[in-house]
Amino acid sequence: MKATVHVTLKNGVLDPQGKAVQNALSGLNFSGIEDVRQGKFIELELSETDPEKAHAQVEDMCKKLLTNTVIENYTIEIIKE
Amino acid sequence: MKSAVIVFPGSNCDRDAKVALEDVTGGEVIMHWHGDIELPKVDLIVVPGGFSYGDYLRCGAMAAKSPVMREVKKRADDGIAVAGICNGFQVLTEIELLPGVLMRNADLKFVCKDVHLSVETANSAFTAHYQKGQVIRIPVAHHDGNYVTDNDTLMALNDQDRIAFRYVSEDGARGNDANPNGSMDDIAGILNEKRNVLGMMPHPERLVSPSLGGTDGRPMFEGLLAAFG
Repeated sequence: MKATVHVTLKNGVLDPQGKAVQNALSGLNFSGIEDVRQGKFIELELSETDPEKAHAQVEDMCKKLLTNTVIENYTIEIIKE
Repeated sequence: MKSAVIVFPGSNCDRDAKVALEDVTGGEVIMHWHGDIELPKVDLIVVPGGFSYGDYLRCGAMAAKSPVMREVKKRADDGIAVAGICNGFQVLTEIELLPGVLMRNADLKFVCKDVHLSVETANSAFTAHYQKGQVIRIPVAHHDGNYVTDNDTLMALNDQDRIAFRYVSEDGARGNDANPNGSMDDIAGILNEKRNVLGMMPHPERLVSPSLGGTDGRPMFEGLLAAFG
């Protein structure tokens, strides 16, 4: 079973990399970009077959290692094959 | 006084810390590999600078989960002195011995230069041999030193006299140019509530001898020596 985790910065947390990307896009004449926020995408291949258990497992991973909840939010998606 | 320097894959200021500690304290300094959970009894634990685990995932995140750090956290809770320098500061925030987080420098650039710090409190073993308000010159070398925390924590750090160092200009004034990384409230180093854990981005271990270009880092180790003998 596959799980994906999107990690994003919480609202209000300054994202200098996002700002730099925004400026670079403006430099390439892309107009109307109001904001850019950069995050992470993590893909996990799990041996667990129960979606609920898999979700709980990944949730635990997010709290313990994959994210820093002081500044980051995360969303988990379990993909059934 | 006996010290331990924790060594992770990618640590690169571990030897500097050992040399500085040996020079100033004259005591034994153990280089302790992170995978070894049997940490000997010591008076001071240093989590050194570097790029532990190549800064993968987040700076300090992997190192914070390494076997020995559980023991370091326990010792810190028991009151043993723990200093996290640069990457070590990042590790100590990841393991929640210190609040907040070190984010990418505001201008996105790696900064490597001497900066001036104001010693904001002399009330800790780490800062006891400095004067409050003293301006010292210490090098920084980091990409992620932009200290960020929530307003309540920032207020608590100020109210509890837990800000150890702030970035200032040579004459001690605060202002945008003095802050090399965009750090909130110009914070360069903080203490925990019990004042036995210090985290700081600048490198005092790099300036302990005239032959290294200065001695402004020396009083930190002298203060520790006076506290632990």
